[in-house]
Amino acid sequence: MASENAPHFSSKDAVVCRGVGKTWAAGTKRAHEALRDIDLDIKPGEFVVFLGPSGCGKSTLLYLIAGLEDATGGDTWSFGDKVETPSPERSLIFQETSLFPWLTVWQNVSFGLAIRGASQEERRKVAAEALQRVGLIAAMDKRPDELSGGMRQRVAVARALAMRPKVLLMDEPFAALDVQTRARMQDFLLDVWRDSGASVLFVTHHIDEAVALADRVVVFTSRPGRIKTIYPIDLPRPRNLFSREAEAMRIQLTELLRDEVDRAFAEQEAFAVSA
Amino acid sequence: MAVVTRDGETGVAAGASRPAAATRILASRLFTSMAGLDWLAKIWWTCLSISLFAGLWELCWAMGWADEKLLPPPHIFLSNLTEQGKFFNTATRWQVGTSMDEGPSAFESVLITGAATTARVFAGLVIASVLAIGIGVLVRYYRFFDRLVLPTITLLSPVSPIAWLPVAIFLFGIGNAPAIFMVVVALFFHMVLATINQIDTVNTNFINVARTMGASKAQIYVRVIIPAILPGMLQVLRMNLFGAWMVVLVAESTGVGYGMGQVIMLARNTFNPSLVFFTIAVIGVLGFTFDWLLRLAQRRILYWLPDTAERLRGL
Ligand SMILES: Nc1ncnc2c1ncn2[C@@H]1O[C@H](COP(=O)(O)OP(=O)(O)O)[C@@H](O)[C@H]1O
Ligand SMILES: [Mg+2]
Repeated sequence: MASENAPHFSSKDAVVCRGVGKTWAAGTKRAHEALRDIDLDIKPGEFVVFLGPSGCGKSTLLYLIAGLEDATGGDTWSFGDKVETPSPERSLIFQETSLFPWLTVWQNVSFGLAIRGASQEERRKVAAEALQRVGLIAAMDKRPDELSGGMRQRVAVARALAMRPKVLLMDEPFAALDVQTRARMQDFLLDVWRDSGASVLFVTHHIDEAVALADRVVVFTSRPGRIKTIYPIDLPRPRNLFSREAEAMRIQLTELLRDEVDRAFAEQEAFAVSA
Repeated sequence: MAVVTRDGETGVAAGASRPAAATRILASRLFTSMAGLDWLAKIWWTCLSISLFAGLWELCWAMGWADEKLLPPPHIFLSNLTEQGKFFNTATRWQVGTSMDEGPSAFESVLITGAATTARVFAGLVIASVLAIGIGVLVRYYRFFDRLVLPTITLLSPVSPIAWLPVAIFLFGIGNAPAIFMVVVALFFHMVLATINQIDTVNTNFINVARTMGASKAQIYVRVIIPAILPGMLQVLRMNLFGAWMVVLVAESTGVGYGMGQVIMLARNTFNPSLVFFTIAVIGVLGFTFDWLLRLAQRRILYWLPDTAERLRGL
């Protein structure tokens, strides 16, 4: 296994995976392999998109990198340290809103500081800064259910930023938003990414989104998820998404994904027959 | 055309109701200062609902279908309030030898007896909730506690509170303690299981967010799990409230103290249907008020929950 050899990687890399695998419910009758042999190097400040058919283990990999779940094979490092537990340096943003409904916006944003026992003044100050960066300073004293879906996700981003993360892990954060809001949120995310300097690992199953955002697109195979290919998007930013190059890339990514989606479908049908 | 008609109508209405306008403004000011006009509407509907029920009963009586010796209609069992109220004087008569005309007045008797029963329900609810939430959280917090305690709780939860009645008397004799014990026992086991169920269904994203922020297990329980289960727990509490009222009557009626249950028992032994129905009416009002107060508290404590009732009705 790769992890048994001395790992060859730069300790400055934001995320390094070597031979990472995950079998859910390992050792039981319901065991199933979600990920196999993932080798990945992510540079500081890089924007990487995970693209693959649903159920191929993209979220699982994000959870492993966040340290929220234990891998059943291989190892992950972040800036030279082995990932064993969750850390505020690697913030995870979920698809559905995960703001605490019983706290106000600013209390949500400064939740991590409250955990560390920071004073109310300091918490309010940090929350104000983070909310300023996502353009929601006016909503500071509102409650999450008073906000729209897009605003809530911006608050979730502010909450992550308040922890000054070095890696932002985003699991289909805009999937529940309408198309127009989503486009705006992509621009917003690129701004945040640029001035935070953090690496972003962004899960999506939208090819358009991948081409709009990524420095590199990691394309996954269907279950068990493996890396099929890593596809660089070397378009200059800000990107013209209607350019011929962008269109060509979308077509290529669609081709790459099609086989996997077909395979995933065939597998699901076979499973349905056997079940 | 429609506009003209409407204008005409408003003109007439304004002219006719000039003297009434002042009262109307006063009344509306009064009600808006209370909590808006839906208040009035709610009271109106409640009265209507009760009148409808009472009206049907009266109708049955008027038609001669309901024997007034067995099913006296409201106008009969509510007519001699002072007579009825005297029977509530169980608080003093319960001490041997005191005559029926001594002690508090009829109205005071009803008040004292009602308050005693209500206080028992309240004490039982508070004790049961604190114990149940505490133990439910401990069961999920410590695995060994789970293994040690949960089997017994699950085993005891289907036991009817009635079965605990002798135990209450053996342990506590007569007075407040056995009645409160009965309420606690009736609620506790279900509420422990409900707490555990609530904890298990807390959104895992909430817990994961806290974990990424570096929260310890204790912090996750205090800052995330407890607030997340509160809405469900208050709901459970409200549903158990009526159960508590039923059990407290049983406890009181079997001689573990004075209270509404005693009055019902007295009514049964002296064959006094009017007193039965009067007591039922008082219990109904008390339980209704209690539930209403709990709903108010729920809205206060759970300020973040949207009101879904209207939305569901609008479907
Ligand atoms: N907590 C879990 N327990 C058991 N199986 C899981 C869990 N989370 C995901 N899985 C399984 O792992 C596989 C990959 O899931 P996931 O990582 O969510 O895929 P994706 O995010 O690419 O859609 C799926 O088959 C899913 O059923
Ligand atoms: Mg997913």
